[in-house]
Amino acid sequence: MDMDLITNILFAMVRTGTPLLLVALGELVCEKSGVLNLGQEGMMLMGAVIGFIAALTTGSLIFGVIMSLLVGMAMAMLFGLLAIQLRANQVATGLALTIFGAGLSAYVGTDYIGQALAGFQPMLIPLLSDIPILGKALFSQDILVYCSLGIALAIWLFFRFSRPGLMVKAIGESPYSATAVGLPVIMTRWLALLFGGAMAGLGGAYLSLAYTPLWAEGMTAGRGWIALALVVFASWKVERVLLGAWLFGLASIMHLVLQGMGASISSNLLATLPYLATIVVLVLLSSNQSRSRLLAPMSLGKPYHPAG
Amino acid sequence: MPASHQPESSRSHRLDSKGAVFDNRSGGDRCYRIRCAGITKVYPGVVANDQVSLAIQPGEIHALLGENGAGKSTLMKILYGVTQPDSGSIWFDGQQHTLKSPAHARRLGIGMVFQHFSLFETLTVVENIALSFYGKAMDKRAAGQLKDLARRIEEISSHYGMPIDPHRHVHSLSTGERQRVEIIRCLVQDISLLILDEPTSVLTPQEVSSLFVTLKKLAAEGCSLLFISHKLQEVKALCDSATVLRHGKIAGTCDPKTTSTEDMASMMVGSQTTLGQRYSFSTSKNEDKRLAVTGLTEAAMGEFGAPLHDIHFSVKPGEILGIAGVAGNGQRELIQLLSGERLATSPDFITLDNQAIGQLTPGKRRRLGMAVVPEERLGRGAVPDMSLSENGLLTGFLQNLVSGGFLRQRRIHGFANNVISRFRVKAHGNSADAKSLSGGNLQKFIIGREILQDPKLLICASPTWGVDVGAANLIHQSLIALRDKGTAIVVLSEDLDELFQISDRIGALCHGKLSPVKPVRETSINEVGQWMAGVFDHPEKSASAPMAMEPDRQAKEYTP
Repeated sequence: MDMDLITNILFAMVRTGTPLLLVALGELVCEKSGVLNLGQEGMMLMGAVIGFIAALTTGSLIFGVIMSLLVGMAMAMLFGLLAIQLRANQVATGLALTIFGAGLSAYVGTDYIGQALAGFQPMLIPLLSDIPILGKALFSQDILVYCSLGIALAIWLFFRFSRPGLMVKAIGESPYSATAVGLPVIMTRWLALLFGGAMAGLGGAYLSLAYTPLWAEGMTAGRGWIALALVVFASWKVERVLLGAWLFGLASIMHLVLQGMGASISSNLLATLPYLATIVVLVLLSSNQSRSRLLAPMSLGKPYHPAG
Repeated sequence: MPASHQPESSRSHRLDSKGAVFDNRSGGDRCYRIRCAGITKVYPGVVANDQVSLAIQPGEIHALLGENGAGKSTLMKILYGVTQPDSGSIWFDGQQHTLKSPAHARRLGIGMVFQHFSLFETLTVVENIALSFYGKAMDKRAAGQLKDLARRIEEISSHYGMPIDPHRHVHSLSTGERQRVEIIRCLVQDISLLILDEPTSVLTPQEVSSLFVTLKKLAAEGCSLLFISHKLQEVKALCDSATVLRHGKIAGTCDPKTTSTEDMASMMVGSQTTLGQRYSFSTSKNEDKRLAVTGLTEAAMGEFGAPLHDIHFSVKPGEILGIAGVAGNGQRELIQLLSGERLATSPDFITLDNQAIGQLTPGKRRRLGMAVVPEERLGRGAVPDMSLSENGLLTGFLQNLVSGGFLRQRRIHGFANNVISRFRVKAHGNSADAKSLSGGNLQKFIIGREILQDPKLLICASPTWGVDVGAANLIHQSLIALRDKGTAIVVLSEDLDELFQISDRIGALCHGKLSPVKPVRETSINEVGQWMAGVFDHPEKSASAPMAMEPDRQAKEYTP
């Protein structure tokens, strides 16, 4: 393989992994606080369609991004009303949110199918983008990719060094102990949930404004679900989420590359590669059972009933 | 705002003795650190607190006594802002307050050490403690400055003789160590009232006395303490005054220094009870070895357990063997190996009636007549979200409760009802969830469940941990009665008094080694206390003992 091919593969790997990374990071924070929101796919689709419509009608990509953040948060708010305030079952609520988001986005977006938009263009970072191989993959991307890296770093620092990060972890482990210690459980869960919603909206917007700047019904193609699985297999660790997202990107690209090279494997089989490869690698990483059990937020998905 | 209760304040003669120290605070309600009056809290079906009042001066150590379910926990939750009373008022440093939340209570300077620890297992000690800093002034000091905080924890822990590594994860700590964290967590903050819910129940006699030094030091510095304990001797040794609760009402107040433990106990339970009495010794002449442990040598559980090293002991039918020791010295390992939760590396390490059971699963061991009362009530002893009937079925499945794979509901309920009535478990019938019971009542249920199965061998960990005097007597009597029916019983406990009351022979675990085992009549509390501290010659390994572990490690550990 020549250098150009490798460079291009890495470049595409980061691009393909980014929407996954954005959504998974949001869900990671949300799950750390003990809230399991399975509505990622629905939130992503809403973010994608609203972001696209907003950008198309106003001509401002940034406005599109802002709208996708807001709509993601609005969807998360819906989830929070049911699952946090009314203590509904989180799994059922999340599934409902996905179905709702898929339906609503299809309805809202009917008139916009097939319309084209000039999406986010790559922003070369001087000097750094000249580095061979890695320069193109990491420093010649669009602004949303840089954002995703910045957010990943911020979340890593947040959980590693900040007191609010510690609070989120504690609340996800035992909301009752947290109450006893005097931490604001409900409020923290709301904030984590809204952050997750915004990130899912952003992930959707990346698809419709940068990756393939158009709107198509169901264009997320299960990425919301992959993101959910990614968080679990990454043992709720930021660096592994990043690794997993890019791995998924790499495998997605490889399936195209292999096809291009004329590999005599069914393309349908090759299309399963990204899913398979991502899960296999992350399962291997999290195979130390006794440790990984301690990493999972212990109260994940359990409604919290404050003492009366 | 002096209320009608004010004249009562002069009842305390200690006010004069301490008055000199706190003169500057005297005048009206200001001479009380905390005072509450007319506290009433009604839960569905129970009046947990009925017109309760209480007053504590600065620097006073005040005991709150009462049986399980007497309303102590409710009162403490109210004083710490966890729950709000239906009626009644609370004054703190002369100001009336409505304690809205624990955070609010802590801002006022109230700290609490819980009986059920409120620690986060996946976080380290220092992270746990950092989390309890909540409030503007403290935030600056704690947020992000884990290094400084760790140093302070080390200072406090060494200052008060409670060694703890701030960077360890809580899940790797023993019960006793977790409690230290709870206490240190309060001490790190500037508090003027410390509420302690049965703080001594997991400590060794030595640790208790060093804790008392700590607490007295705190009191001398002006901090008020509200101390809950079932151990009346401790209340006598530590406290300046005591309030006794019974069925949610004040049963009386007394000066523990001058009131006898018998009088205090009768105030608690409402009748004269036996206290610290030695039960009869075994009269069994049966010399068989019901349970024999031979050369048991196993690795530690987790990073911070203790490896078991060449353990030898045996128990005869109709005998109680007591094993003393501070938590974290191999008890958890020993219980898990005996119960079958963890399998031994050689089947011959453990025999039941000469049958090697070291590698049998817990179910198979139960079928051979073994019963186990594990250390953790919720989680190991009982499933929190299951009813008492279902929890009874969990280990009582051999009592004809199942037929051909189908549950025999009537018998299952009957078995649970039997346990509930025979062991006077206070619960809303057999359908109550295990987690809805207080610790003592759940313990009675678990022990009753095992005893009523008439096991050949009973392994029992901390039978009366956190249980009040009345319930402890009942449990002890039941164990003695079971022993007299010919059951071999092993009791692992940190409570030396208890072991001396009920055991026929006694030994102690220290650093995973077992001291000599002697008849209780031929030893003393002092000697066993020394064994607990590791002062004993390791018994020579018997020639017949199967050797399993690396010889070099054995050799190394032999050096005294």
